[in-house]
This record gives sequence, structure tokens and C-alpha cells, in this order.
Amino acid sequence: MTALSAPPKPIRTTRRLPTYAPWAILVGSLLVGALLSLLTGELTLTGAILFGALVYVVAITITSVVVEGKRWAKDRVATTLVTFAFLVAMIPLVSLVVLVLTNGLERFSWAFLNDDMVGVYGSDPGGGVYHAIIGTVLITGLASLVAIPLGIMTAVYLVEYAKPGPLRRAITILVDVMTGIPSIVAGLFAATLFVVVAGPQYKAGVIGATALALLMTPVVVRSCEEMLRLVPNELREASYALGVPKWLTVVKVVLRTAVAGITTGVMISIARVIGETAPLLITVGIVANVNWNVFDGRMTTLPVFVYRQYAQGGASVDRAWAGALTLILIVMLLNLVARLVSRFFSPKGAR
Amino acid sequence: MSKRIDVSDLNVYYSDFLAVEGVSMVIEARSITALIGPSGCGKSTFLRTLNRMHEVIPGARVEGKAVMDGQDLYGKGVDPVEVRRQIGMVFQRPNPFPTMSIADNVLAGVKLNNRRLSKSGASETIERALTGANLWNEVKDRLERPGSSLSGGQQQRLCIARAIAVEPQVLLMDEPCSALDPISTLAIEDLMNELKDAYTIVIVTHNMQQAARVSDRTGFFNIAGTGKPGHLIEMDDTATMFSSPSEKATEDYISGRFG
Repeated sequence: MTALSAPPKPIRTTRRLPTYAPWAILVGSLLVGALLSLLTGELTLTGAILFGALVYVVAITITSVVVEGKRWAKDRVATTLVTFAFLVAMIPLVSLVVLVLTNGLERFSWAFLNDDMVGVYGSDPGGGVYHAIIGTVLITGLASLVAIPLGIMTAVYLVEYAKPGPLRRAITILVDVMTGIPSIVAGLFAATLFVVVAGPQYKAGVIGATALALLMTPVVVRSCEEMLRLVPNELREASYALGVPKWLTVVKVVLRTAVAGITTGVMISIARVIGETAPLLITVGIVANVNWNVFDGRMTTLPVFVYRQYAQGGASVDRAWAGALTLILIVMLLNLVARLVSRFFSPKGAR
Repeated sequence: MSKRIDVSDLNVYYSDFLAVEGVSMVIEARSITALIGPSGCGKSTFLRTLNRMHEVIPGARVEGKAVMDGQDLYGKGVDPVEVRRQIGMVFQRPNPFPTMSIADNVLAGVKLNNRRLSKSGASETIERALTGANLWNEVKDRLERPGSSLSGGQQQRLCIARAIAVEPQVLLMDEPCSALDPISTLAIEDLMNELKDAYTIVIVTHNMQQAARVSDRTGFFNIAGTGKPGHLIEMDDTATMFSSPSEKATEDYISGRFG
């Protein structure tokens, strides 16, 4: 036997920067950034951070190339860019929450949640969102009641029953197109539909719910379809091989396995429509008192309430912020419920 | 109770593609029949036609007869669901239901069919099926743990327990040991030997030693070339097949002089 290659080289050892080094460089860069900011005009926090970040990228790269070599330097640059991207993405999110909290908490109170707007004008103290919460919950609830079963069943049809062919393609394309329908168009459609069906005098929450259901269904279909496709075929076959009929396989194996993902998809669809303003403004309108009947009379929803209060200006703007805070809290509450559901139902692995 | 299956002139299609052509064989009751052959020759496809799992694939269809108990499995008005309740199946990769506990996996055939089971009946079924699958001693203290928490070999035995819990007449096994280590394989082979007193077993295997060890009869499938349909070349008692097969191709395959 002849040796085909040269004797193996020993594994190279590289010097690495100590773990405190990036932090030290970061502090130094920020100081230099502050200095640069001072030189270009006046010292501002934004300026210091922006200049500091630029200096940091350059400094860490050069230090790394010198000490650790090229390959590690690339790793440092990538790590830095990814971290910065994350921080930049966090800025709008955090500042939005802070803004809504600071502005909203001025008027937000138990009384605000339990009061409606009857007899409250302009800059009057008092007033609240009770009627808008009821309106939002009822209208979104009614829309969900229609859209969620419809969407899930359509997804089940597409994944489990539809044969590959023009019909399935057509439905998929239509669902995709419907996902992109502007909400105002859905509102106009619902309004027109009810003018034709029930006459021009008819005003009710159900018209808004129709518009919302129209917006919601395609979102539910899309997300459920993805989730159902993730269920391994082996599980379906295992179920068939036990002599389980198809519909029971779909209900008890496929849907049961995908339930966590479906819940998340449904939550996203609710979050998508709960903040809709335009279609509700033209279908449901606004009213100052609580209306429990979705089939008769105008209703107020939170987004429309916020819009109206903000448009009035003056002291009403505070009510708008508090209303926005209420809306965010409701969405967060729903998300929490969804998380609990998915934690409870998700497949339990080896861990 | 177990039953024999008479297959005659069975053609298996995927849409227009003829995958297996003209298979006729007798699968004896209370015995193990092994199907061997190179990859892609249609053994698994043929196996799946025996409990009508083949037609789950869109466009798949079957011509010919497979008669069990005087009843053609592909006869008019035969419900595939009923066929599968009589003829159970174990797959190549263990596939316990991830949302269910070990106990629920065993009872899956009952529970998924919406049948009610008394508590004592349920625990009796669980113990009988798991004992039958040689798994009871290993899992009896953790029946409420998820099925996916078991090792691969245990999961496969859990799948066998799940299949025999519904008390089928015939058990089809599609390379049940190919993903398992030798010890788990041995456990499953021992299990097959015990089960053959009560069930008709058909096993597809790539492992010729396994076919020689466990089966009573062996069928050899071969394929003339890619795109051509697979055929049953020869079928005989396992001892004869492995000592003096009548076809040259069988001898070549078994002695490893193939291709």
C-alpha cells in the first residue's frame, strides 16, 4: 500500500478574542460615536448610537482580522449585522407599546371600561369604551363564528379531499386573491349586499360581521392548509390501516395533530380583522350607547371609536389612546388563550 | 382465528403505470409468508393491495382477485374500511400517534372508531395487546407517557400492539425491522413466531436471513428493468426456496449474485 496523500497536518489552533473584548469594543465605539456626534453638530443620543454602531462594525472587523484571522472575522461581521437587524426591528415595536401605554394610561381606568358615550360631548370628562368593547366582541365574534368553520372546512377539503386538477387550483388562486382584498372593498360589498337583501334602511352589526368574515376566511384557509399539509402522511395511513374511516381519520388524527397550528392561524386571522376600521365605518357606523343586538341598529367598535375620538381632536384624543390600549389588551388576551390552547394540545414529544 | 388469502392474476396500477403484473399466490393461514426481492420490484405495493391501502394513493387502482374467506376483497360493494379492520398493517417506520399516550395508541383502533369501551375492558385490551407485542413489561409503569417517548424498537412493537388490539385475521408487515437494531429485530422476529399461531402474517423484507429465519413460505419478486412491471417469479416453501429454487433468477438473488 502506498500513501496517497501527505501526512495529515496537525489541527491548527487560532487565537480568539476574549469574551469581554466585543463588549469593550462596543463601549469604546459608543464613546467615539458620541464624540463624532459632537463634532458634526450637537451631542444627541441617536447620533451617538448611530455613529457608535458604524464604528463598532468597523472596529470589531479589523480587530478580529488582526487577532483571529479572516474566517472568524466574517463570523463576527455576520453576528453583528444579525444582532443589529434584530435591534432595529425591535425599535418600532417597543416604541409603539411605550407610546400607547403612556398616552393610553392617562384615561385608561376601570370606569373608562365600564362607561359608554351617551351624553358625553367633546372635551367632557368621563365617557368610555364599554359600548365599543361590546360592539367589537359581538361583531368579531359573529364574523369568527362564520369564518373559522368555513375556513377550516375549506382547508380540509383542499388538503384531504380535492383531487389535483382545475377545481383545486381555482380555489387556491381565489383564496390567494381574496387574501389581498382591500378591507374597504369588503365593506362596500357587504353594504351593497345588505341593501339588496334587506333594503337601504337596514343598519346592523351583522353587515360589518359579513365584511369581516369575508376578510377572515381566506386567512384561515391559508394558514390551516399549511398546517394540515404538515401532518405526516404516515399518521393518516396508520389510521386507515386500523380500519378507521376517512372522516374520522380527518377529525381525530389530522385535525387533532394540527390543532396547535390551526389555533395559531385562527388567532392571526382574528387579529387581522379585530382592528379593521374602514369596512365597519361604512357598514356599522357609530353610536354612543350599548347595542347588544347585532341584527338591529348601529354599533360601535373599538377601531371606529378610536378613529372618531381622534378625529374630534382636543381632549377626545386621550380617549382615542385609551381605546387603542383597550384594543391591544384584547388582542393580547386572545393571544394568551391561543398559547394556552396550543401548549395543552400540541403533540407531546420525547422531551 | 386466521384466514387464508387466494390471490389470482392481480395487476396493480399507479394511474396508467402498471407497477405489478399478474400475481397469483396463496397466502396460507397461521403461517408466515415472506416477500423478498430487489428495491422497486413491487413487493410493498403488492402488500398494500392486500388490505386495500394501495388505493389511498390518488390514481392508484387494482385489477384481479384477492379472495379471503370466499369473499373477493375487490368485489363489488366491499368496503375498504371493513377490509382493513380484518387485515391489519405494520409500516416500515414506526408511526405511533404523537398526540396520544402509550395506552391510547394501543386503543387507537377502538377509540378512533368512536366505539365505547368499559374501563376494565380497556385495560384488559391494553395488557393483552402489549403482552402480545412483547412490550408490556417495558411500559406497564408508564402507560400515560406519550407514545413518541419510546425508543424506535419499542415504538415499532407499540405499532404491532396497536395493530393486534383490533384483532385482525391477517397482519401485513412492510419491512418492520429495517429501521431497527439487531436486538429489537430479534424481539420482533420472536414476536412473529408467537403471533403466527393466531394470525396469518405476510412480511416484506430486504433481509434474506430474516426471511429464512422466520417464514414458512417465501415469494420472490423481480423486475425486468426500470419502468417495467414487477412480477412474482417464484413462490415455494422457504426451505426449498433457499436450498434449491427452480428459477435461475431466484438462485442468483438469494446467493447474492444479482445484477
